[in-house]
Amino acid sequence: MSVPSRPAPGGRTPDFASEQKLVEIRREAERRGEVKASDIRPAGSPFPIASPDTGYYGIPLLKKPAWTWEIPLYFFTGGTAGAAAVVGAIADYTGADRRLVRDARWIAAAGAVISPALLIADLGRPSRFLNMLRVFKLQSPMSIGAWTLVGFVSGASATAFAQFMQDRYGPSLPLRVIENAGQAVSLAFGLPFSNYTGVLIGATAIPVWNESINELPIHFGMSGLSSAVGMLELMGHRKSRALQWLGFGAAIFECMEELRIETHRLACLDPLRNGASGAVVRVGGVLSGPVSLGLRVLSFLSRGEQARDLRKWAAMSAIAGSLITRFGWLHAGDVSAQDWREPLGIPHHAE
Amino acid sequence: MSVTAFLTDSTLCIGCKACEVACKEWNGIGEDGLDWSGFSYDNTGALGASTWRHVKFVEHAPEPGFGGNAPELNSWGFSSDVCKHCEEAGCLEACPTGAIVRTEFGGVYVQPDICNGCGYCVVACPFGVVDKNRDDGRAFKCTFCYDRQKVGLVPACAKACPTESIKFGEIESLRGKARERIAELHGRGMKDATFYDASDSSVRGTHAMFIVRGDPRSYNLPPKPEVPTIYLKKGWTSSAIGAGLLLAGSLLAFLFENGRDGR
Repeated sequence: MSVPSRPAPGGRTPDFASEQKLVEIRREAERRGEVKASDIRPAGSPFPIASPDTGYYGIPLLKKPAWTWEIPLYFFTGGTAGAAAVVGAIADYTGADRRLVRDARWIAAAGAVISPALLIADLGRPSRFLNMLRVFKLQSPMSIGAWTLVGFVSGASATAFAQFMQDRYGPSLPLRVIENAGQAVSLAFGLPFSNYTGVLIGATAIPVWNESINELPIHFGMSGLSSAVGMLELMGHRKSRALQWLGFGAAIFECMEELRIETHRLACLDPLRNGASGAVVRVGGVLSGPVSLGLRVLSFLSRGEQARDLRKWAAMSAIAGSLITRFGWLHAGDVSAQDWREPLGIPHHAE
Repeated sequence: MSVTAFLTDSTLCIGCKACEVACKEWNGIGEDGLDWSGFSYDNTGALGASTWRHVKFVEHAPEPGFGGNAPELNSWGFSSDVCKHCEEAGCLEACPTGAIVRTEFGGVYVQPDICNGCGYCVVACPFGVVDKNRDDGRAFKCTFCYDRQKVGLVPACAKACPTESIKFGEIESLRGKARERIAELHGRGMKDATFYDASDSSVRGTHAMFIVRGDPRSYNLPPKPEVPTIYLKKGWTSSAIGAGLLLAGSLLAFLFENGRDGR
């Protein structure tokens, strides 16, 4: 190898000072782990070190949930259908308006068709859905949920079928038996179906979910009730006082839940309040809580057409809030799984 | 046929990644990306659907005299991570198809012909091990080389390990070996050598045990892993309250409305 006697074209001639500068940079890099001199900063510096303060380079321990958009949508359709079946059955037993009973059954049946389709679509191997029914495991909320889904779908679709046939071809005794049996089944399964999804995500390793296990099932159940009531109101039942009271109750509960989320102190619940997931949860909570409650109060104070218009808006706000709430919670789970501090018990620093 | 376990001794690990290669070789797992992470020599990051053994690289500040290190050089810790095969396994309890089973060797095994890819095991694992393969659709993790153990062979990783950092054997005898090794390391001045098997948590111990130096958290080993079934009682209580509120609320609302209409 020849030593160039002349500098390379366009290059610099190294001298003592330039070489000394490079040595200094190396020393500083060794000493501090990064170099501040002359704006020189090696990529990635300061070089990460795994420690009890940073965990393993801050790489998240937990895996992000493998679920896509079908699952939060399923939480919404399932919750709404379950609550609608309960409301419809009780309305029937108490001798309320027949049209309300019938519409509640349609909502339950629609949910009974859409929900399993969404659940199956999210499976990695949809053709193996029936493997869910080869075991029954009390310790698995997913297993209980799958069986609840099957029971609910059977009951709700049988009721709607009998309803449809009788509407079209007139009353018949066998159809009445199917209708009543189906309604009893859909009531029995609709109760857990409306809120089991809260247990499903609560009983996991994801911090933001398992920390909320006490509230999640009630929260999701009330959210399902408010969207079921809202849909009935949108279908024209804007004069029913019972629905108005149920809507009131659910909205008040959702206000309390929103308040709890906004005032919590636990760092592991931060994804419910901060960042993108926090924004989604907040929009969902405000729509299903204060906004829908406020509109209901206004409609209560107004008369006639205006009152019914306000109830329509309250219903739409409740439905949108209920849908957004489920997406918010699922998104918060994604964020929480990426929190490397929480599972290692490393305190969050004020940032 | 006995209940078996791994004992991974990080003080013997040289970071060669032979276990990762052997695991991929025997189990036919594809490569999973050639990205530079910037985290020492670890470019894999974590266990996953296509990574069933994973060597962690932890750099410590220079400690003269330990492990034959020159005083000016960082001391390096390596530890080969693997599915913990918990005694109370979150994934196994959560699996709704019964695809995840406990084998006669004490390991936790995902039956690939049953799994329908629901993804519930992924969120149920307190160690973030089992993962869904997006292309395949099913969940995958270390099989504890169930096929090899069935015919009396040791798992591929343990067989390939050149320093016996990965020990495989009957679980009780390995626990004894771990105790002896910890005592020996303490005697040699490595006072920070610790044994990790999560036996003081709700997972009630693991079939993959570790000896690491320093705080296990710097190896992403959680101090208090919990099997999610411990939340079930609270969850179903809340669900029952929610169902009760829904039922009672509907009854009250419609009965009250009837009462008012009846007047």
